[in-house]
Amino acid sequence: MKIIAFTLRNTKEILRDKINIFFGLGFPIILLLLLSFIQKNIPADMFKLSQLTPGIVVFGFSFMSLFSGMLIAKDRTSSLFMRLFTSPLRAHHFIFSYYIPFLPLALLQGLITYILAIILGLDFSIHIFGTLLVSIPAAILFISLGILFGTILNDKQVGGVCGALLTNFSAWLSDTWFDVELVGGTFAGIAKALPFYHAVEAGRFALAGDYTNVFPDLWWVIGYAALFTAIAIMIFKSKMNYN
Amino acid sequence: MSAIKTQKLTKYYKDLCAVNSLDLEIKEGELFSLLGVNGAGKTTTIKMLSCLSKASKGDAFILGSSILKDQLKVKEKISVSPQETAVAPNLSVSENLAFICGVNGFSKEKTKHKVNETIDHFNMTKIKDKKAKNLSGGWQRRLSIAMALISEPKILFLDEPTLGLDVIARRELWKMIEELKEKTTMILTTHYMEEAEALSDRIGIMAEGKLTAVGTSKELIAETGAKNFEDAFISLATAGGSKQ
Repeated sequence: MKIIAFTLRNTKEILRDKINIFFGLGFPIILLLLLSFIQKNIPADMFKLSQLTPGIVVFGFSFMSLFSGMLIAKDRTSSLFMRLFTSPLRAHHFIFSYYIPFLPLALLQGLITYILAIILGLDFSIHIFGTLLVSIPAAILFISLGILFGTILNDKQVGGVCGALLTNFSAWLSDTWFDVELVGGTFAGIAKALPFYHAVEAGRFALAGDYTNVFPDLWWVIGYAALFTAIAIMIFKSKMNYN
Repeated sequence: MSAIKTQKLTKYYKDLCAVNSLDLEIKEGELFSLLGVNGAGKTTTIKMLSCLSKASKGDAFILGSSILKDQLKVKEKISVSPQETAVAPNLSVSENLAFICGVNGFSKEKTKHKVNETIDHFNMTKIKDKKAKNLSGGWQRRLSIAMALISEPKILFLDEPTLGLDVIARRELWKMIEELKEKTTMILTTHYMEEAEALSDRIGIMAEGKLTAVGTSKELIAETGAKNFEDAFISLATAGGSKQ
């Protein structure tokens, strides 16, 4: 009951913010439209819908970091949090209540992106659901990053780190906008050491129905997601401990 | 049993002693005001008693539960109405109230009943579907206090509850506080002397982290030989005094 009540409140806070809806759903859709029109005029393998859509889905998840980070950072500095800290809520109530609303929201965002891709010409296949499932660890990773930054930074800093740095950083290093192999060298090395590139690759393999090749890319994402989820929970719990 | 009993409760922030060996006993059903100039240690005391801040030394017991060892039990018995309005801005008045019922583990039926009852009691029927962020400051404060009360706390901490309210809203809130007396133990901090004098059963005055005097307003006036309570407060808050 306690988790449900807090989750419901968090969900309403997110969904009633029109800016969240615009950036979370509108921005990835605009990008998909824009890049698919470019692809029609100047054909490039990179911007084929089967290649582009998994990348746009992962890019869209970066907004979940921004929303979760902003929600926690704003809550932390509000008197409401003081009230909640003096209520019988425990650390796990807070943590679950912040994670739960964002995961279905991320998957809904992914589903809407694929529906638009189908309208634009992507062949419908059952693998669209497979690729959405494969994207869950990436969604968890981005939510955890948001919770982590929201726990240690104020809302203005979260806006800068998640809204500007993380969205750009994860997009450049994801192999979505340009082929990281074409840049090569250290850049490609960094991209492959981070999870964003692997999240997009795993999504592309799943969309093609090539599930045997989803791994090891997905292991990278699962590893990073597990690591940052553990760090986010640990730091949130330590911040909750009074001093 | 005492509602609150502190034993040498002390809080250090590095070298600064914010609360110094506080020994205080508050009876059940009492409205106790904690007064002092800024930095006297009132808010730190409330933060320790409500488990928001850890005591450096000593302990306190909330209806028999230690703030150091039984925090969850303490939190089940208390509620805090913070200095600033503490509401969820994008939720309506009734959603805010239901939210607090939920985090306190109330059933669906009990939540519905308590929300309706509180809306009636606080005359919020007309605004029950309005989002909290669209309410005036006075209504937000009223909602914030309603949220503190809906969880049926045995002990309520009211940290400057009438700050920023106009005179009519303040008097309405006084009336509500009066109605709560005896059912709920209340600890009030305020900078308004007339508020403390009008509402309190007893008043404690803090200066530089120490409790310098405790008594009724009349006792404190008599103790200092002052003309009125404000003069008595100034005398006790700026110099040492004696406990009764």
